[in-house]
Amino acid sequence: MEQLINDFSPGLFIMQSILMLVVIFLMVKFAWKPIVSSLEEREEGIKKALESAEQAKAEMQNISSANEQLMKEAREEREQLMKEARDTKLKLIADAEEAAQEESAKIVAKAKVSIELEKKEALAQIKREAAQLSVALAEKILKAELSAPAKNAEHIDKLLKEVSLKS
Amino acid sequence: MKPRRSTLSALYFTLLVAFLPLDLQAFSFNDFGDKSSAQQEEGAVDTQEKISAYIEHHIKDAHDFHLFSYNDAEGQRKHVGFALPVIVYTSQGVRAFMSSAFHHDDSGQYVVEKDGVSLVKYHEKIYELNEKEVHLVFDASHHPENAHAVLDLSITKSVFGFLLVSMLLLIGFRSLANQYKKRSVPIGFGRVLEPLVLYVRDEIAKPNIGEKHYKRFTGFLLTVFFFIWASNLLGLTPLGFNITGQLAVTFTLALFTFIITQFSGNKDYWKHIFWMPGVPAPMKVILAPIELLGTITKPFSLMIRLFANISAGHIVVMSLISIAIIMKSSMGVVGATALSFALSFFLTLIELLVAFLQAYIFTMLSALFIGMAVQEHDHH
Repeated sequence: MEQLINDFSPGLFIMQSILMLVVIFLMVKFAWKPIVSSLEEREEGIKKALESAEQAKAEMQNISSANEQLMKEAREEREQLMKEARDTKLKLIADAEEAAQEESAKIVAKAKVSIELEKKEALAQIKREAAQLSVALAEKILKAELSAPAKNAEHIDKLLKEVSLKS
Repeated sequence: MKPRRSTLSALYFTLLVAFLPLDLQAFSFNDFGDKSSAQQEEGAVDTQEKISAYIEHHIKDAHDFHLFSYNDAEGQRKHVGFALPVIVYTSQGVRAFMSSAFHHDDSGQYVVEKDGVSLVKYHEKIYELNEKEVHLVFDASHHPENAHAVLDLSITKSVFGFLLVSMLLLIGFRSLANQYKKRSVPIGFGRVLEPLVLYVRDEIAKPNIGEKHYKRFTGFLLTVFFFIWASNLLGLTPLGFNITGQLAVTFTLALFTFIITQFSGNKDYWKHIFWMPGVPAPMKVILAPIELLGTITKPFSLMIRLFANISAGHIVVMSLISIAIIMKSSMGVVGATALSFALSFFLTLIELLVAFLQAYIFTMLSALFIGMAVQEHDHH
């Protein structure tokens, strides 16, 4: 112990204390502060980069799910459109059919009317012809009858029966 | 992670303690003093007493930077190294001169006259002779009798070493700091330094002081860690520095920790010292002086631990090297050298580990003490 105390140099202690203070000051100012702040900056940068990567990943996920949503909506819309188109087609066809039927019915009705008219005309014509014929016949018969009246009368009766009109 | 680290450090500690007996043995070579050396060269360190004295001298701080000595052709002892400035505060004021003025004398024989002050150097301590005395006289227990020690503010070998280490640290870490201006990941030597800085910050400062307060103390802890480590490593080079083996140096380091701990202590810290919560009143009274003493013993243990480990390491390594000289007669030159080389090689490897370990332990415990002072007790 005495040896230790004897070896202890107060001068060295004073020098060491002063130098130590100076060195700590210099090291802190010129070395440790810039080093530690750079290290912290770097660590902060790494942390931020990791965080932003994570965020980007989450965003990507969001985007892809949004995409899916959009796709789904589009698909639904397409389905809807297809369905509407199908309905429209069916309706159009039905409408056309209906219209055609109406038209054909109309045409048929018209045809019927005109046929009726034609028939009436024809009948009237026939009647007229028949009348003229019968008049001509009668004239001829009369002419003949006038020559052979008894025999002809019978014959006229018979002819008239044959020429009986249906309507 | 933490328990494993503490067991590891406990293991190393046991290893260190195991080497302490070795170091005592190195000293006990004295008792078997072999004085029958056939031919002694003037000044050569070749006997056990001389080796012991040499080691003892090395452990101490020095006023000049001595690299090695040899005898030239005329048998004259030549010393290779360079002188360092001596600055002393004497009774007549400050005197400054180069240590070469003492002419390598360390026995107090050579008197340096400087403007009316007579100075001698004895065992690397500078004494001022009392007035009208012309040389140093020793008392019975070999203490200078007619002189008194002066306040020695010299640039001694340790101060020089400290300046060297500080320069290296400043240059190294300044270059690392500058690298970050250009790139975020350093290249070259900076790549070695950066993980060390991160290690001190994340493994020493943060866990021991706590997330909230550690930033204030990282500067001090980093400086102390790298200073101790670099000094320890420099002490392993053949330059013969022994910076962290100086009691005054470790005392300074421990004092810094002590002051920082006390000044950053919060209300809880002082309350735990003077009026321990949760114990009966009489116990509080008994605990107060114990706790108060504890605040001093903690840094004291820091001081002794670092000093003793590094001094012991130096003593053991030098003792093992000296085997080559001491065992020369019994084992032959080759055998003694081989044994000495093998042992000192092995021990130097361990010392490399100790160099780091002591820096780590000092810094870790400093952080722990500071952490105790700033920690917030929200339990009870």
